[in-house]
Amino acid sequence: MLFESQTKAVEGNIIIAKMPFLRAVAALLKRHFQYVPPAFITLLLLIGQLSFGILDSYVNLIVAVCTAMCSEWILSRLVLGVRKNLASAYISGISVGILIRSTMVWPYVITSLLSIMSKYVFRYRGRHIWNPSNFGVSWMLFMAPMDVAGLSIQWGSNFLAMAVIWALGLVIVNRAKRLHVTIAYVVSFVILAYVRSFIAGDSFWAEVAPLTGPMYQLFIFFMITDPATTVSSRKGRIWVAVLIALVEFFLRLNSFIYAPFYALFLVGPVARFIDLKIHQPKPAVQVA
Amino acid sequence: MQEVKKIPWLITVVIFGSLLVFTAFSSRKNALHSEKMIFQKQVALQKFGFYLEPVNQQAGIDFHHLAPELDPQLKHIEPQIASMGASVSVVDFDQDGWDDLYFTNSRQGSQNALYRNLHNGKFENIAAQVGLANVNDTATGVSMGAVWGDYDNDGYPDVLIYKWGKPELFHNDHGKRFINVTDSSGLPQWVNANCAIWFDFNNDGLLDLFIGGYYSEKLNLFHTSTTKVMPESFRYANNGGRKYLLENMGNGKFKDVTEQYGLNSTRWVLGAGAADLNGDGYPDLFIADDYNVNELYINDHGRRFIEVGRQAGIGNIPKSGMCVSFGDILNQGKIGIYNTTITENGILLQDNNYWQPEEITSSGGYPHYVNLAKLAGIDNAGWSYGAQFGDLNNDGYQDLYVANGFISAKKGTSYWYDYAKITSGNKAIIEDARNWPDMKGKSQSGYEHDKVWLNKGDGTFEDISDKIMPDITYDGRAVAMADLWNRGVLDVIVANQHNIPLILKNDLQSHHHWIEFDLRGTISNADAAGAEVLVEWDGKKQVQVVTDGIGFSSQNSHRLHFGLGNSTEVDRVIIKWPSGKITNIVHPQIDRLHVIREPN
Repeated sequence: MLFESQTKAVEGNIIIAKMPFLRAVAALLKRHFQYVPPAFITLLLLIGQLSFGILDSYVNLIVAVCTAMCSEWILSRLVLGVRKNLASAYISGISVGILIRSTMVWPYVITSLLSIMSKYVFRYRGRHIWNPSNFGVSWMLFMAPMDVAGLSIQWGSNFLAMAVIWALGLVIVNRAKRLHVTIAYVVSFVILAYVRSFIAGDSFWAEVAPLTGPMYQLFIFFMITDPATTVSSRKGRIWVAVLIALVEFFLRLNSFIYAPFYALFLVGPVARFIDLKIHQPKPAVQVA
Repeated sequence: MQEVKKIPWLITVVIFGSLLVFTAFSSRKNALHSEKMIFQKQVALQKFGFYLEPVNQQAGIDFHHLAPELDPQLKHIEPQIASMGASVSVVDFDQDGWDDLYFTNSRQGSQNALYRNLHNGKFENIAAQVGLANVNDTATGVSMGAVWGDYDNDGYPDVLIYKWGKPELFHNDHGKRFINVTDSSGLPQWVNANCAIWFDFNNDGLLDLFIGGYYSEKLNLFHTSTTKVMPESFRYANNGGRKYLLENMGNGKFKDVTEQYGLNSTRWVLGAGAADLNGDGYPDLFIADDYNVNELYINDHGRRFIEVGRQAGIGNIPKSGMCVSFGDILNQGKIGIYNTTITENGILLQDNNYWQPEEITSSGGYPHYVNLAKLAGIDNAGWSYGAQFGDLNNDGYQDLYVANGFISAKKGTSYWYDYAKITSGNKAIIEDARNWPDMKGKSQSGYEHDKVWLNKGDGTFEDISDKIMPDITYDGRAVAMADLWNRGVLDVIVANQHNIPLILKNDLQSHHHWIEFDLRGTISNADAAGAEVLVEWDGKKQVQVVTDGIGFSSQNSHRLHFGLGNSTEVDRVIIKWPSGKITNIVHPQIDRLHVIREPN
């Protein structure tokens, strides 16, 4: 998910107002930007929960978050020998808690564990190559369908809540210099939805419907924009986003309900691997 | 660039790999043993002591349900919308002491069927003779179900046929013919209903009516002016039909008191059950809602209903509520509530609920419920519809039958991807049927085998579905239980969508004992609907409630059947009548039916 593994504050290009208060807020955000995405996903969760009651159980969410943070704390010390900021693990845990559905508790534990552990197991040139929660969620959805389902059913019909999430999401990805990734993906998705509607014979609105749902809001604002698992160049990131949409297009033609997750699961690591092979990674951008 | 420490990394890799294997295996362990173990009847009899044998042909029941035909604008998803209407109700309409069966049909021009029990194992369809066959047409709508209740206390059960259309009330003329009294009754003009029950909410001795709307009553699905007919959300939809609480005024007329009594929500009702859940003497109302949370209405002494679903613990997680049935699976003398939902592996994991009441501790006087379905092992029945509890082997514990299967069309196809695609969208997209992908003859959760769960007596159930009956995978809707042949054995009747029903004769060969009660109200309503019977024997106690409509589009036999296992004596029977009167019976004779009249 977005910033699931980023610890370095990203230099900002936001418009700083001349008002002292806003300037102070902007400076604060700049200094502690790593806490903005966790705050945003918490806000998103709160909006979803208060508007629609998206969580079937608080226990599942707490278990997912605690598992992610604990495993990050332990593994960063044992495997890397460093103390790692737990903000990214918090995001991973919340993502797992929202994105999977199970009537049991253990899948939340396992999915969080797999997500965090994947960062330490699959590494290349000192970097992890899979978006953590994308790995955990995709694995469970594909391999454990008897125990886990995804968040594919709509939260509700509240336009205001959806508008708030979109507005905040766009601000955040813009602040993280990943707006082009979101835009590239959304534009590609819409165009390909149009193509799919011709191929499948279904209405354009049926094909574009998922984009208006909560699963995609999490996907486009948090998952495909994760700086730690995207490639280094702006142009490259745009191409990768388009490629993800394209792979998803084919998966959708083959009726994969969780096509976006699987597309990122397939494309993301390959792109990241090639990128790391070509470009020498900058030190200290990523700890885990 | 961070270097990993080799040994901790290797340990992490091993644990990680183990978790991958575990998760992959977890979902496939059932698949490894998934070959159906279809038992031959003799093997099932040896192992379980009973077998459910389909006897449609021998019984002379040749009914076949047909689904409704909708407006051409809805044709592309007609199987999705027109997926209900197969119902069954058990009634002794002529009061000859033998239960008869009424099936509804749902295609314009199709006929409903009333099968009279001929006492010799056979039934005869007399619906046309008595005036209950030709009720399905475009002008007045098509049948979705029927509930029988003696609304005028003349000793003969009358029938309300609820439709996607005009609900119709027929008065039973001494079991000889039925007279349509709808026009003078004050019933609503048009309701797209999939649920109705009779109950006496104010205990005035007259049966009242609850009708639950599914699609909005403003819609005519056969000639619709709009395609915005679908739910606005698949978890929080409030654009369903309105509810109707109709008070029986005693002169053949019913008064709409819905708003006055506080039943104002417009969710998509699929099931309702009435019983005194908080012990105050007035029947409360549990409502199963599709696309939203369920509702629990506590009856405030016949003056109003107060919705306490969230506070009582049953209204927190939105699921597709499909039916309501009452049971006492632990033999604690407490009314538990079973509520079916939808489970499709990897897509929608809702799991059915069994709400077990805890002690009443709230100041408002309602129980708090805990969900025991998973612990009991009765949570996953696929795309479930109707369910009923009944002691199929007379061992003293209530077993469970659940009908399931949504749309069995082309084999090897699935509409689930299309369904998930559209339902993940926003209200503006979902609610318009024009946006829905064409079904193109695809199945969706089709070819499911009904579930039969055997109560093991320790709070858990054993799934014996494949062993206790032939491998039949119709799209089950309504389930009812009755002692059809007066043998002291519960048989099962299942109404299947767009197919023949299943008359499952219970070939019970164990020598367990039983006792049955048929209650007749005198001060209370004549059906004694709402009465509770508590049977105590051998250190156990089990409670059952007389209902006029329970499950999904179904009605059980009016008699209450209790299995007693090997016990040869019942210690005591306590009957709580709706009037508040109590009847105590000590050591009643077993292995027989007791017809009990309410004492004046």
